[in-house]
Amino acid sequence: MGYLDGFKVTFMKLFEERVTTEYPKEKRPKPPRFHGRHVLNRYEDGMEKCIGCELCAGVCPAKCIYVRGADNPETEPVSPGERYGYVYEINYLRCIHCDLCVEACPTEAITESKLFEFSFANRSDAIYTKNELVVDDEGLPQRQPWELWHEGDDLATSGWMRATSPSGNPDYQNRVGWSGELGYGTRKPEIGQRDIDDHEKNGNSPEEYGESEDIR
Amino acid sequence: MTGDPLYIDGVDLTDLGIMAVKVLVAFTFLLVATMFMVWFERKLISDMQNRIGPNVAGPWGLLQTFADGVKFFFKEDLRPENADPLVFRLAPYISAVTAFLSFAVVPIGGSFGGGSSGTVTIFGRETFLQVADPPIGILLLLAMSSIAVYGVMLAGWASGSKYPLIGSVRASAQAISYEAALGMATVVVVILAGTLSTHGIVAAQSGGFSRWFLVSSGIVPFIVFLIAATAELNRPPFDLVEAEQELVGGFHTEYSSIRFALFFLAEFMNVITMSAIMVTLFFGGPAGPIFFGMTWFWPTVWFLLKVLAFLFVFVWFRATLPRLRYDQLMHLGWKLLIPLILFWLMFISLKELRATHDWNWLATYGAAFIALAVGASLLIAGLRAGDRAYQKELEDV
Ligand code: SF4
Ligand code: SF4
Repeated sequence: MGYLDGFKVTFMKLFEERVTTEYPKEKRPKPPRFHGRHVLNRYEDGMEKCIGCELCAGVCPAKCIYVRGADNPETEPVSPGERYGYVYEINYLRCIHCDLCVEACPTEAITESKLFEFSFANRSDAIYTKNELVVDDEGLPQRQPWELWHEGDDLATSGWMRATSPSGNPDYQNRVGWSGELGYGTRKPEIGQRDIDDHEKNGNSPEEYGESEDIR
Repeated sequence: MTGDPLYIDGVDLTDLGIMAVKVLVAFTFLLVATMFMVWFERKLISDMQNRIGPNVAGPWGLLQTFADGVKFFFKEDLRPENADPLVFRLAPYISAVTAFLSFAVVPIGGSFGGGSSGTVTIFGRETFLQVADPPIGILLLLAMSSIAVYGVMLAGWASGSKYPLIGSVRASAQAISYEAALGMATVVVVILAGTLSTHGIVAAQSGGFSRWFLVSSGIVPFIVFLIAATAELNRPPFDLVEAEQELVGGFHTEYSSIRFALFFLAEFMNVITMSAIMVTLFFGGPAGPIFFGMTWFWPTVWFLLKVLAFLFVFVWFRATLPRLRYDQLMHLGWKLLIPLILFWLMFISLKELRATHDWNWLATYGAAFIALAVGASLLIAGLRAGDRAYQKELEDV
């Protein structure tokens, strides 16, 4: 029919399945590396990972991170290094959840949870400070009253959620690239990855982890 | 047969009452229909794009337009500093009022077949099921669609801003171009019906499908009318007036609140009116089979169904066709539709003349063929020359 073929196409669409997800009523499962609200991680011994280097603030395209570093107090250090993040603020009215800050951080201090359903009645609530961002003593993100958490949103929020390989290769099949974290220790590799260290040291079969569904 | 039998023997209070009821019914009907047209369009276009569309306000989202309307009322009514205050305020009303007025001459019911002349009896008075039946009904329609362009034109001009101005200049150029084809397609119908009154046109089509002007005028005028009407309505694929990618919102960029809603209303109302006019001109108006002897009921149902079919077609156009480029728009209008409908107009007039004057078949059509051949070759030569000049201009640039 030449020119009129298009009319057939649009007409047949009337009988096709709809692709819309009616969002507040039905929610799609989130991918494990979903970019949500940030958390500031701590090591297994409770020390903060952030060293106040401001790399995240420098890389942020939305210029929404404000960091001020300070020397660690000698008696009770906050982080294992020389310096720590003294002030740390993220403005969620500007953040585009690109996760460049997560990629830039040398110590995996800043990562993202899977929470995205939060809103503020007040502009100053949109600026998260260290009080809100740092994980609690179990290593879980803190929950604010204006945030709507769902099951699984607070899991696997550590350095694990960065791109799998330091060289950016998605088919990473090598060393686990993330450090231990409060509450969980070092996370195991995800599906399809082998932990060569573990294999060499303990003789565990590489497949054992490779098949693991557990991402906690 | 001139005019509504309601006024034949003077006008008294009952007549005025009937008149007022008719106006009120038509007005409300049009408003409610527009409301549902907006819903219908949004729903249908989402169906054609694998989406769901409005489904929250009311059952199946039916009240979405109502909710939007309420929202518009509470929005701030902004006026740009450079705008001409009076004209800026006036323009939306011109659009809305003409949209209402055109509908007044459309017969929306009444049985025309079998000797009856499309009257119904209300309170013991015979009357037509249309708000008014002026003897120049069709001219009124054309006039209204021309005046509606003023609404758009003045809105763009008075906004004191560049995008609305470009949008409205486009609108007037487009409307002028397509009004010619639209008018001539209407003239074909008028020649066949022998009257300008819309009621007369519907009456002339009564008595079966083959008498509908769609068939007896040979489809071409209808197709030309449909294309020209789409352009007149500024609907896709001819929506250059408000080409979002180029002009923000076109002529109504600077409008907000209820004034914007008026433009919106007028636009969708015009779609309904244009569909109703097409039904009247080419599809026998309220004509259709009548069951169970309910002569007042079925014609209106048929009329509404036919209008609905056209509304569907307009949405279908929008879902299917990409927007034309401006030169393509002008090309289609001036170099294709106008010559085509001109030739058709000549042919139909000749046919009618031959029938009334009993002219010789061979001589008439022979002369027509020669005239057509000469005209067509002149036209094609002209178009070629134009194209060459255009190409040369392009090369020079
Ligand atoms: S996710 Fe992107 S926008 Fe948000 S804080 Fe990090 S770098 Fe900035
Ligand atoms: S979060 Fe990471 S990149 Fe940002 S200041 Fe702390 S250590 Fe540096």
